[in-house]
Amino acid sequence: MSSQLIKNNFREDRLPHIWCPGCGHGIIMRSLAQAVENLNLEKQKVCVISGIGCSSRTPGYLDFNTLHTTHGRALAFATGVKLANPELKVIVVTGDGDCTAIGGNHLIHTARRNIDITAIVFNNNIYGMTGGQYSPTTPTNEFGTTAPFGNIDKAFDICKLADAAGATYTARGTAYHVNQLTKIIENAISNKGFSLVDAISICPTYYGRKNKKGAAVNMMNYLKDFAVDAKVVDKLPPEKLENKFIIGEFKNTTEPEYTEEYMKIIKKYQKER
Amino acid sequence: MDNQKAKKELKIIEDWCKGCGICVAFCPKNVLTMENDKVVISDLDKCIKCGLCELRCPDYAIYLEVV
Amino acid sequence: MNNRQVKLMQGNEACVEGALAAGMRFYAGYPITPSTEIAEFCAQRLPLVGGKFIQMEDEIAGMAATIGGSLAGLKSMTATSGPGFSLKQENIGYAALTEVPCVVVDVQRAGPSTGLPTAPSQGDIMQAKWGTHGDHPVIALSPTSVKETFDLTVKAFNLSEKYRTPVFLMLDEIVGHMREKIEIPNPDEIEIFDRVKPKVCDESYRAYRVDEGQIVPPMASFGEGFHFHVTGLMHDDYGFPSNDSGIADKLLRRIMSKISDNVDDIVLFEEEFIEDAEILILAYGCTYRSARSAAKQARAAGLKVGLFKALTIWPFPEKRVKELTKSIKKILVPELNLGQYAEEVERVVKNDAEVYSLGKVNGESITPEEILAKLREVL
Repeated sequence: MSSQLIKNNFREDRLPHIWCPGCGHGIIMRSLAQAVENLNLEKQKVCVISGIGCSSRTPGYLDFNTLHTTHGRALAFATGVKLANPELKVIVVTGDGDCTAIGGNHLIHTARRNIDITAIVFNNNIYGMTGGQYSPTTPTNEFGTTAPFGNIDKAFDICKLADAAGATYTARGTAYHVNQLTKIIENAISNKGFSLVDAISICPTYYGRKNKKGAAVNMMNYLKDFAVDAKVVDKLPPEKLENKFIIGEFKNTTEPEYTEEYMKIIKKYQKER
Repeated sequence: MDNQKAKKELKIIEDWCKGCGICVAFCPKNVLTMENDKVVISDLDKCIKCGLCELRCPDYAIYLEVV
Repeated sequence: MNNRQVKLMQGNEACVEGALAAGMRFYAGYPITPSTEIAEFCAQRLPLVGGKFIQMEDEIAGMAATIGGSLAGLKSMTATSGPGFSLKQENIGYAALTEVPCVVVDVQRAGPSTGLPTAPSQGDIMQAKWGTHGDHPVIALSPTSVKETFDLTVKAFNLSEKYRTPVFLMLDEIVGHMREKIEIPNPDEIEIFDRVKPKVCDESYRAYRVDEGQIVPPMASFGEGFHFHVTGLMHDDYGFPSNDSGIADKLLRRIMSKISDNVDDIVLFEEEFIEDAEILILAYGCTYRSARSAAKQARAAGLKVGLFKALTIWPFPEKRVKELTKSIKKILVPELNLGQYAEEVERVVKNDAEVYSLGKVNGESITPEEILAKLREVL
């Protein structure tokens, strides 16, 4: 027996999932299911697509059309699915490494096209599946199994990256601020265009342990204490923003959407009907 | 307590609980505790059925059921 | 009355015409010479029939989107050349394991690496077989003319739909860029095979179960209500990942045997001058054209030369070639590589015939004279 939300949207017999104790991914996956339910989407029109990594196990648990692809390529597969059948609500679940390292090229080009796909990055600042190597969102000076002396890379701000590349919706939520995250995912799915949700997760097993961040509860407290809502950022003095990260909506605009533009070409030039 | 909340019951799926302790830590009324790495309801009377445990349980092991 | 259209057409264009005739409605790719015209013609033609074309950000994305298009229900194709074929390999393996039909055209150019852009080559023959990691089923076809390019593209789609597997169409720069007269068959003259769809959507549905009397599991499209899962992990009948060694073994053996059990249905070849032949020229792609000219000249000169045109490269036409070695004890394999296919011929015929390789990798084609000279040398 499980909750109604789980029964309605999950492949219950696939649970419990494979994620470690205290992993934030389960919270975000539930939030995604809640958003789909709140939007009253037709289940058979929902298609969840992922790449490779911890986050990318998500589609296997969700009772929609689901596609678990190759490392970094989820957005490219998703582009094919969406263009071939624009009626589908295509949601990509990806991780920080999957989306912004090996899949970085696909991210910027999917954003540039403004194709109606929602990408949710389960961002835990580390490569979890392979055992804790630093990722493009591991902060400078922090540790990973491949950064034993501290990371000298700079971290991506995924929302800014997607914004600059042409996404029409960008937002950041966390595994702590669940109701806000659900609302963000709803808005992202509702946006007719490319939407990017940077969903900050926690990885107590690798990121937490490597960086002495404590157990799952300590890491959740960090999300609680260090997140500042975008709505109040302008009102706060700089010292109150030190070491903080910003959550909330950053961009919500309307621009021509790729599949609609392509359908216009078909409508204009199609000969055989 | 309003009627709607009264109709809800706190449920635990012990097999699914991985013992992370998130629900225990963020329960506003200290209803829950950990025993042998599993969540247990230690003080049901204090439960206000806010559902924060369900919202943040990464493993869907605790939830409010409508009865 | 014959009312077929007669046109002067390039090989790459004939490929697109064949694909459209076969029902292709989705193309995703990345520009690379000498395959570019395929993308250009697809961009031009697909919207006219309500189909979709997209130029992706790279070769890998081109392959990924092609698989996505097929899963959403459209017959899908991508085209590339050697460097791009290398980049696509991981996702080709994905399509093989997840059994997603699609056609991958490789208009071969001289490699390795950037090589000799864009001189002709047949250097990707072994890559077509072993390019992606792990054991996987392979079907590869190679036309020798513009007309055959049309016909084999149709065939490639039919095989991919029938066997739920990626099919390679191995063109080369010469066949791709050559212009010839082609008589386009009327639509009712073209045999089309569409993927078998599942009939009942209920609890008994399993996305990867092969029903009695079927070669492959029936294939639903996303959005039709089947809620199935597709993964590049080893998976059970439901499509869900499994680490069970028995399930993995069964799955991989099944996807291999759907090809190996149906070789006779897949293998296409043609023969000429076989009856009294003392030596066989076994050729494919552009090199076959020189081989045929050489064979005719050799026959005119009284040499007993037979000719074998391999249209299906993989699986290798093993049964027929073995049969031929009962009477023919020498086989010459001319090809624009250093003996990739000759090695396969050697493997198959073992000690029943001497195999001679005539390889060339300087970016030029093999001439009939070179083949004749080699024939005289080994006869």
